[in-house]
Amino acid sequence: MRISPKLTQRIAVTLLGTATGATLLVLLFIIGFVLEKGLPVVSFSFLFSMPKDMGRAGGILPTLVGTLLLPLLAIAIALPLGVGTAVYLTEYTRETRLTRVIRFGTDCLAGIPSIIFGLFGFIFFVTTLKMGWSLLSGGLTLAIMVLPTIIRTSEEAIRAVPRAWREVSFSLGATRWETVTKVVLPNALPGIVTGVMLSVGRSIGETAAVIFTAGSSLRMPHSVFDSVRTMAVHFYIMAREGISNENAYGTAAVLVISILAVNTLTYWLMHRFIARRAR
Amino acid sequence: MKLCTLAMMGVTGLLLAGCGRNADSVTLAGSTAFQPFAEKLADEFMAKNAGANITVQGGGSAVGIQAALSGAAQIGMADLVELPAEAQALTSYVVARDGIAVVINPANPVTNLTLIQIRAIFNGATKNWKDVGGPDKPITVVSREEGSGTRSSFEKIVKGITLTQDAIVQDSNGTIRETVAQDANAIGYLSHGLLNDKIKAVTVAGAPCTTAAVVAGTYPLARPVFLLTKGPATGASKAFIDYVLSADGQKLIADNGLIAAQ
Amino acid sequence: MRSSLIVKITREQVVEKLLLAVACSAIMSLLLIAVFIVKEGAPFLVKVGPRDFLFSSDWRPQAGHFGIYPMIVASLWVTLGALLMGGPLGIAGAIFLTEFAPPALMRVVKPAIELLAGIPSVVFGFIGVMVLAPLVRAYAGGPGLSVLAAAVILGIMILPTVLSIAADAIASVPQSFREGALALGATRWQAVHMVVLKAARSGILAGLILGMGRAIGETMAVIMVAGNAVKVPHSPLDSVRTLTANIALEMGYATGMHRQALFATGIVLFIGIMLLNGSAMLVMQRRKGKT
Repeated sequence: MRISPKLTQRIAVTLLGTATGATLLVLLFIIGFVLEKGLPVVSFSFLFSMPKDMGRAGGILPTLVGTLLLPLLAIAIALPLGVGTAVYLTEYTRETRLTRVIRFGTDCLAGIPSIIFGLFGFIFFVTTLKMGWSLLSGGLTLAIMVLPTIIRTSEEAIRAVPRAWREVSFSLGATRWETVTKVVLPNALPGIVTGVMLSVGRSIGETAAVIFTAGSSLRMPHSVFDSVRTMAVHFYIMAREGISNENAYGTAAVLVISILAVNTLTYWLMHRFIARRAR
Repeated sequence: MKLCTLAMMGVTGLLLAGCGRNADSVTLAGSTAFQPFAEKLADEFMAKNAGANITVQGGGSAVGIQAALSGAAQIGMADLVELPAEAQALTSYVVARDGIAVVINPANPVTNLTLIQIRAIFNGATKNWKDVGGPDKPITVVSREEGSGTRSSFEKIVKGITLTQDAIVQDSNGTIRETVAQDANAIGYLSHGLLNDKIKAVTVAGAPCTTAAVVAGTYPLARPVFLLTKGPATGASKAFIDYVLSADGQKLIADNGLIAAQ
Repeated sequence: MRSSLIVKITREQVVEKLLLAVACSAIMSLLLIAVFIVKEGAPFLVKVGPRDFLFSSDWRPQAGHFGIYPMIVASLWVTLGALLMGGPLGIAGAIFLTEFAPPALMRVVKPAIELLAGIPSVVFGFIGVMVLAPLVRAYAGGPGLSVLAAAVILGIMILPTVLSIAADAIASVPQSFREGALALGATRWQAVHMVVLKAARSGILAGLILGMGRAIGETMAVIMVAGNAVKVPHSPLDSVRTLTANIALEMGYATGMHRQALFATGIVLFIGIMLLNGSAMLVMQRRKGKT
């Protein structure tokens, strides 16, 4: 009995549509679960007051600060290094074997699991360099983690700037550095910022590398040598140890919303970048 | 370009702002059994001494010893029956005593286990609850990682335990409590100080895991909690340890479920 | 006029050297990790021997036994399980969104699914512990914290990666392929599974491989739902410990040979992931060569 192709198509499309629907359902379930249990807890005082009794009561202000400062430090270190490297690789050297090797190495490092960065950071920064569990250890570790992403996206963004623009700049008498800073970088900026946002998104959700390098202190940090706790770490600790499931969900809600916000901003920027390029 | 300059200034600023570790900041690391108490003590100490800065990390007793040795922490916390060889280089202060409760899910009808039964369960020799007076269900053994002081003490006191391969491993006292609370067939062990009504402690050879029994010595699974420093404690570390050993500190420990050092 | 030209030229040279220094230091810091890991882990591999390390099931570091075979098997089972859970769903979703859904739906749904990729792994892990593990325990038996639970959670986690890359691969198949098939009388579904999918095959494969890479490297979610028992699994309901979980559970206090063993585990992971990434890149290169 031959099934007609039209019937096969209908069955196939139904199955595929169901699969897609199931995927969406899972996504909505997870976000919904977290928000349903967490949003009731979130309030102005939750966000901006200090935790009491190790998180059983009170708010999550220090973790907000930690979640802000840690990626900030990581980007502050990785951005100049990454963009500088990308600029050097594209503008100042030819495409040689060396540059391809560098690029391959960067791509490989982008795939290393975060626990290995955590292991490295713990042994190298926390223990050997005696920085202890601190913003500095965490920031440096995260910086190395996001460096490949920044190099890769910056390079793509810089390459996307049309050659003609550089040539016009040179023909007007600008030096290479002037061309880079006045023509190339400003036009590559959206792409670079996308890379930064991707890195920030990754850092905010990162737990394995952060817990072993930045520690888990619930105090407000006063210097880079102080340990900090990010929201992801706070959620992990509170949920796992059963300290306070409600506050854990509240933290998770704030975390998920922040990441959604960062990702949405990234998409918007990326599309603006693509729209600009299309001009 | 401007962004780069700004970033550089920002980083320099951050670094300068924190130049040099604050000499008064003390980091404790180690035993997850003592961690909640250390945090409470730190809160009280900092309330009484403005300017003090005390941070508490977990990780397990072995982390505490290593951190004290390496300098990652100023004070290591370890809850061990006896300190291992590598800790001999450190100065130790007994600040509390703690019982190790053997815990099961509240739905489990078993109320007492002998040391022999406990040994057989954690070895994997006894696999079903019906062999120890419970329902006909497989036993889910939950244990700590090797570096845990609670685990080393437990295995040292009960003797003869080679943890069964099937045992689930969790990384802190709190997570063991949560795991046992959620699984009707689970059995685990954790610090007496972390008991709550989500789980049920069995009596061990007839003795309940209470402060009185530990103090009297009738409860077999008990160990001291040490604070460890590299060399005799000085400065801010000494001030904090003195506070923990003071009447106030010991009262805080006793009031919150752990047992005072005497 | 002339002096300002000289200033300009020297500034250029200074800048070039500075950028070279920056590029070098960036690359140095990346190399630092690789060198450090190899420096700590390689002597251990030499001392203990790869065969004993990789194929012994005896992991008792305090007693000097360092066999990571159970962890390797666990990582493989969990990763393959994740692929089984997330792969087909991801590919199905990709096909549906690019070929059969109205473009407006694709524009909304694809970013929405990519947002799923941004949810932190600890949230996934916790939902696994609170929702999934009890279900497994109740309906399938065992402790609940198992290969199955880990595979499902990881499958959901890699779903966006697989879907995204597969969708891109399918979308980049030239329209002429589809039109040719349709012109020959095929239905849209026949065009898709006979022509388009075959053409997008390497891209889809690359998506699966990259998804695998992400699954192997996941730590937090796995620590929470897999149970961390050191044993070679015999059934999906068994509790297991992956390579990543092993590193995370013990690195805080491991010293001496134990610490080196963890770095050696890192090397094994590193090699595994490099192989995966390398093959993904090869597969994508071949695709570029073909079209």
